[in-house]
Amino acid sequence: MSTPLEPETKTNPQGDPITSAAPIKVGGGSKDPHEAAKKQRVVTPEYMFLEAPRKREFITGSESAKEAVRRSNVDLSVAYPITPQSETLQLVGVLYGEGYVKEFYRGEEEYGVMSAIAGGSRAGVRCFTATAGPGTLRGIEPIASWPGHRLPAVCMFTCRVVNAPLAIQPDNIEISYLLNCGMIVFHAENQQDLYDFIMMGFIISEKNDVTLPVGVACDGFFVTHARAYVHMQEKGIKLPPRAAWKGAVPVLDAENPPARLSRDAPVQKSNFMSYNIHAVWQQEVWAAVERSRRYIEQYMGGLLEANNVEGAEALLIASGSAAAQSREAIRICKEQGIHVGLIKIRSLRPFPTKELRKLCATAKLIVVPEFNYVGWLAKDVAAAIYGYSDAKVIGGPRVYGGMSMPVEMIVDELIGGLTGKKSISVPDSAIMGQDVDQAAVAHFMQNI
Amino acid sequence: MLQTLPAEKDRIIIPGPAGFMPPSAAQLGVELPSAEVGIAYGRHVPEDIAIAEVAKQMLTKPNATIFPGPMVLWAWNAHAIEKAQAVLEIAAQIPNVFIIPMPDYRPKYPKVDPEEVINPNHPNLTIWGNKIEACIFVGVHCHYANLTLKMIRAGTNCCTTALCAEQGHEDAMLSIHDMDAAKLRKVAKIFKRVREELNIPMPADGRTVRYTGIQSRANGDETHMNPMLFALASPPPPGASMPPEGQQPH
Repeated sequence: MSTPLEPETKTNPQGDPITSAAPIKVGGGSKDPHEAAKKQRVVTPEYMFLEAPRKREFITGSESAKEAVRRSNVDLSVAYPITPQSETLQLVGVLYGEGYVKEFYRGEEEYGVMSAIAGGSRAGVRCFTATAGPGTLRGIEPIASWPGHRLPAVCMFTCRVVNAPLAIQPDNIEISYLLNCGMIVFHAENQQDLYDFIMMGFIISEKNDVTLPVGVACDGFFVTHARAYVHMQEKGIKLPPRAAWKGAVPVLDAENPPARLSRDAPVQKSNFMSYNIHAVWQQEVWAAVERSRRYIEQYMGGLLEANNVEGAEALLIASGSAAAQSREAIRICKEQGIHVGLIKIRSLRPFPTKELRKLCATAKLIVVPEFNYVGWLAKDVAAAIYGYSDAKVIGGPRVYGGMSMPVEMIVDELIGGLTGKKSISVPDSAIMGQDVDQAAVAHFMQNI
Repeated sequence: MLQTLPAEKDRIIIPGPAGFMPPSAAQLGVELPSAEVGIAYGRHVPEDIAIAEVAKQMLTKPNATIFPGPMVLWAWNAHAIEKAQAVLEIAAQIPNVFIIPMPDYRPKYPKVDPEEVINPNHPNLTIWGNKIEACIFVGVHCHYANLTLKMIRAGTNCCTTALCAEQGHEDAMLSIHDMDAAKLRKVAKIFKRVREELNIPMPADGRTVRYTGIQSRANGDETHMNPMLFALASPPPPGASMPPEGQQPH
């Protein structure tokens, strides 16, 4: 009799089966694979986020997303594979096998997935999906329609290069396409953020005065595939189910806009429609984005996180993995006797405009490192603080196309900015404020 | 939070027409208030002060109208019925008030009858058609209420009020939230107090609700009715109540 090469049930480091469902043994040893899920008890979001004891585990970002979904009482998840997201929804599939997610299937491509999420949310259930790069752009039409449909859902974006040419490496350019959809957009720095933002995203998304989708972005591979410590609540508790009847629009009423928009006539078909129906509809979506601020304050502790800003010689403003790199750059600067503060942006939409104006009021130098070519964060920062700060803003350093960001690049910009030394990695056109070339600034401003 | 109504110069959201494409109240910095705080003209004030101002507007402005939405128009469940009856108690304190329904949110083709119904896609037509200068929305889903309130502020001179079961509405000139049946009855009591302070007489027969044209023709050419005499002809039919997991009014 030969010895099996592998144990019967493969497991991940948490001890969960990595096949879609634990095998049901026939006979006396049979066990309900949904047993643990059935025993989960509902707790309030306040208890879950702010009070429940947590234990530390060393896991990947994909696994942290899985653990967030396990505790989020998700009704429907639709998957379509794309690197670097594939593992996340494969793990959500495991949760389906274990009974933590009620429905799960693979869509035919991202347009179909995002449309299915729209249908699920419209029907009143809690929905989760994830995609990346080209998948985000393939799904962008239904994604961009979610806010107008007032659909609460959480979509994770594990950012990667957008074609062409084809590549699968990290680059968060896709976030720039999401910023003006009318959805709420968070940017996770690490595995812990990813875990927390997904869970909190469901609750914020479903608040009556919000009723909007939440996008939780992270930088692919750096977060999804790397391991870090994540502090998590016990597996035996979960968030309350979605109370769809409390939403800002009726559930699944195909006779009313916005559902009717897709089925029948646009709202402006008739001369008897008001001239500004679509305009006020857009206003209402963005008003709902504004209303989410107080819930982000309540559950996430604010739209940004400020560290050692007071008295700093320079500030780094960053989101996602650039914030993680910034922390190391700050440590190196400290060794050299340079006091640098960090403002980490958690929420890109709504954007922390008021907070930045206050924090940057007396700043002399602001450096905004990013993992994309266009510098979407630098533009938002510059537009937010224009007229409220005399700081010189260096829109860089930037890396893209799968390149990593050596912390020395950030240190160089900080020291160069403080000493007046010309940068070798940031063009003049990405620098504004103070004694910079005004023609270059004008070029920069054209891009805001 | 202010302790009184805001001075005229401090008001942000006031009866319009506010302009061709005015910014939303949220863009103007108006935020939704916490529990037991109302909004009066874009400022947070104690709830009772906001309710008293609603009463004053509804009792003194021409063609005051209550616009009930689907959540109080249909007998979804016992609480919806109780809320609808409380709305009628408010109507019973406003002589000559119209009750014009917003039965659903569908665009009306080929045209709406603006004197008989209001619709979130063209609410200004109903305001203009009936020359309404003060109104209350109650029982309308929040998204559609917000669309409606924005359009009315943009294009009409009507003073709008939202009695909301959820967090309230910045785009209404006056907003009270967490509105259940008990709070609706509290609103009716404050209306009674304000009416008496203003020495506004009540019709002897209690017939405060003024019929629209079709309402009148459907009721034997009567011009007014007593809302307190309105009663359900029969219990809600089977199936009128939605299952617990389904859509329910709130």
